[in-house]
Amino acid sequence: MNGILLQLFQDTLVVVIAPLLLGWVNQCRAWLQNRSGAGVLQPYRNLIKLFHKDAVLAHNASPLFRFTPYILFASMWLAAALVPVVATDLPLSPAVDVIALVGIFALARVFISLAAMDIGTSFGTLGARREMLVGFLAEPALLMIFFTAAAISQSTSLVTIVETLAHKQFVIHPSLAFAAIAFVMVLLAENARIPVDNPSTHLELTMIHEAMILEYSARHLAMVEWASMLKLLAYTTIGFALFMPWGIAEAGNWSALPVALIALFLKLAVAGAGLALLETLSAKMRIFRVPEFMGTAFLLAVLGLLVHFLHGN
Amino acid sequence: MEIFWILAIPLIGGLLLALFGCGRYAPELNSTMSFGTFLASAFLTVRVITDGPMTAFNEQFFVDSFNVFLVALTAFVAFTTSLFSRPYMRIEQAHGKLTVNMLRLYHSMYQLFTFTMLVALLTNNLGIMWVAMEAATLTTVLLVSLYRTPASLEAAWKYFILCGVGIAQALFGTILLYFAAEKVLGAGGTALLWTHLDAVKTQLEPTVLSLAFVFLLVGYGTKVGLAPLHNWLPDAHAEGPTPVSAVLSGLLLNVALYAVVRSKVLVDGALGSHLAGNLMMGFGLLSVVMAAFFLSRQKDVKRMFAYSSIEHMGLMTFAFGMGGAVATFAGMLHMTVHSLTKSAIFFAVGHATQKSGTQLMENIRGLITTNPTIGWGLAIGSLAILGMPPFGVFASEFLIITTAMHAYPWTTPFLLIALGVAFAAIFSRVQSMVFGETTDERLPHPPALVPVFAHLGLVLLLGLYIPPYLADWYRQAAALIG
Amino acid sequence: MENFAGQLINLFAALLLLIAFGMLSQRRILSLINLFALQGLVLSVSTLFVAYTSHQHHLYYSAGLTLLLKVIILPWILHRLIRKLNIKWDVETLFNIPTTMLVGIGLVVFAFNLAAPISLMAGTITKSSLGIAMACVLLSFLMMITRSKAIPQVIGFLAMENGLFFAATSATYGMPMVVELGIALDVLIGMFILGIFFFQIRETFDSLDLKHMEKLKED
Repeated sequence: MNGILLQLFQDTLVVVIAPLLLGWVNQCRAWLQNRSGAGVLQPYRNLIKLFHKDAVLAHNASPLFRFTPYILFASMWLAAALVPVVATDLPLSPAVDVIALVGIFALARVFISLAAMDIGTSFGTLGARREMLVGFLAEPALLMIFFTAAAISQSTSLVTIVETLAHKQFVIHPSLAFAAIAFVMVLLAENARIPVDNPSTHLELTMIHEAMILEYSARHLAMVEWASMLKLLAYTTIGFALFMPWGIAEAGNWSALPVALIALFLKLAVAGAGLALLETLSAKMRIFRVPEFMGTAFLLAVLGLLVHFLHGN
Repeated sequence: MEIFWILAIPLIGGLLLALFGCGRYAPELNSTMSFGTFLASAFLTVRVITDGPMTAFNEQFFVDSFNVFLVALTAFVAFTTSLFSRPYMRIEQAHGKLTVNMLRLYHSMYQLFTFTMLVALLTNNLGIMWVAMEAATLTTVLLVSLYRTPASLEAAWKYFILCGVGIAQALFGTILLYFAAEKVLGAGGTALLWTHLDAVKTQLEPTVLSLAFVFLLVGYGTKVGLAPLHNWLPDAHAEGPTPVSAVLSGLLLNVALYAVVRSKVLVDGALGSHLAGNLMMGFGLLSVVMAAFFLSRQKDVKRMFAYSSIEHMGLMTFAFGMGGAVATFAGMLHMTVHSLTKSAIFFAVGHATQKSGTQLMENIRGLITTNPTIGWGLAIGSLAILGMPPFGVFASEFLIITTAMHAYPWTTPFLLIALGVAFAAIFSRVQSMVFGETTDERLPHPPALVPVFAHLGLVLLLGLYIPPYLADWYRQAAALIG
Repeated sequence: MENFAGQLINLFAALLLLIAFGMLSQRRILSLINLFALQGLVLSVSTLFVAYTSHQHHLYYSAGLTLLLKVIILPWILHRLIRKLNIKWDVETLFNIPTTMLVGIGLVVFAFNLAAPISLMAGTITKSSLGIAMACVLLSFLMMITRSKAIPQVIGFLAMENGLFFAATSATYGMPMVVELGIALDVLIGMFILGIFFFQIRETFDSLDLKHMEKLKED
């Protein structure tokens, strides 16, 4: 019973704090750029505003176009909810397989690309093509990163990985250093951050994610935006699970929950600030450099795996 | 004590010439210093003949019959080359190719280069040997680029990078060797001393040593000029000043080969197989064949003789690779006679190119009519290097080929074809250079040809008659190397 | 504690490999020099840990020597050189980077396989790093091959020396001190000579691009 409650709590938590994370990242960026910023709650206000508007749809929009925001939101919520954020032993835990996670992300990608091409505008098609370009390179890299962690803990279950890394004797794994860098690169690419994509412009030469969702408005747009916030949160928490799983609560242990929550918020604050710093320091790269960037991520992940086998532990 | 002087004289000479090398008498000082080194090495030789192998300075230096003859040879050729370089570099200066400061650099580096080679030969520590080999590269880089022409800079850059990379492989080999030695001798300074290693060579770990030898062979082999790592060699020889080409060909390559052979002794002891020898034979044979065919396509006279050096170094490597008393004896004899002959040829070629103002063979003609001594020097030197009897090269090549016929019959056709091609190529080119019609002027300065005929006289002597003590040396050294 | 230090050394080894890959893909000379200095620093710190765990006193000296030479002096000389030669913002067009990286991965696999039998024999706590050291050497080699400008080639050369030094510490707890001093001296002199050499090249070719230096070849 406690387990189900905890699961529900975690699922609600992620969906509520996802906009907060984005707001924090934007706020940090504003500070780093010497602006005062809109405050960490701005994404909530945006979402509320969008929900209050009337939706406008193109005449030739198919039902697929209308369903997609919900599918996106659902799959991202599922992904974010599956990742062990505050506790490990939850009713949904047996389902948390890293390969399944990659599959969920792929599902969302397929739908948003189809929806982008549905209306038939040139921007949508362009965005979809670019998204696929990034995706087909990011996915193997992500898998390789997961395999490195899985090789260490002998399991592809994210819960087992977290338990191995968090609650066993402390061991330094050099292979995880490679995987971590590769993971940050994949995170930047998959969440449409600088240097791969710039979430705050609509410049046709460079945009990827924004090009795909140009045709959406009101509640559909709100769902899409919320889904991408959830995606950012999911990726960040996967990163925590793989590379700094400390402080997470063990099965049914209510007393560890406050500590786990504080640890989570601290880690999110640090990660958000780090992400903002990274984005401020780097420049947007040309779209044709992106394959090179993703290729580097993939190779680093492979290297991590190799180093793991060399050290033989 | 002699060892101290052998090393101290060139070092002091290098420093002195760096400080006072602008003076008019710098070339004479250079020759005097080289003569001092030669004298000290002669005393050392006498001592080793009477007392046998010895170590000095807390076992850091070591002389046996193998390296003492190389020390004597190095000091001798360095001395004669300094005699040759005295008028040669003056003429270059008069032609406006060199400034006073460049000459100062040249003289200072010449002495330091001699110093590094002698350290590499005399040291007992394989790590120091590596350091000295690297230092020899560094000192000669600036010598190769002395003229500051685009081509010479390119050659020097290539030389630095290729040899630097090669010698880095040798360092890795040395590290592996130390790794194996440390297991037997314990950590610390003695584990890299050759005398200690030689004593325990049968206990060294075979897997590690075979890997170490591959790295050492590739590393030092780059410096020997073994194919396919020889690319730096023709460029560096062609673009540097002629005295530098002479010492590179005559001495540096020998010293690098010495390092390879020293390593081979250890590896043979540890492995008990012929792996090291086979590798050396393979690289050697490849070098001989490749160099012969490249040689026939050259237009630049110094490049052609540089390829001939690759060919002969390949032959020596092949001989040492075969192993056994006769082949090793022949290899050492070949080291001696090649070094003497090739430096003599470079001396003659140096004056010939100075006279014609070009290194292109088609523009050098009729040396015998304008400057008979240069013409005869080049002609006789070429005949000697091509292995014509009665010169010493014939004797050593004959020994190598007959041994090869006996032990590895399949290699003989390759060797014979390569030598034949080289013969045809060099002979025809040299003939037209020496005897062709010309309208060139005589060289306005008297050429320095005493060293040429001194070297060729020695080579002739070695072909007709090897003095018994020298033969004894070679035999002892051959027994040492195995 | 010993075990923990061993893990730390493994981590540093992995970092060295990472930096080697970083250098392979770096386009700007300035960042390349900084990466080289960073590599020296990691090397020095890891040597310090090896010295601490193995109680080899001479390794403290070599750690200090590495710090002095490879983190302070050589980067300083390189910085001065690029300022004097005014090539600070040089950006190099490289070979296709993913291809280079793929070749690099191949080299790493090769190096690991080559080192595996030797690592088994090593009694040092750092034995598994030998493969990484060898991989670093090969990667620097690759870097030298793929670069067309003089300074990156030299940095590749120096990085190769770093790899060799790491091999020496990881397989044998360092070479005898006198040899290490000699090697350091060689590297330093080599750097000075190259400094002179760069000016000569620049004077003659007006550039440090080695594409101008392809006249001498067999035709």
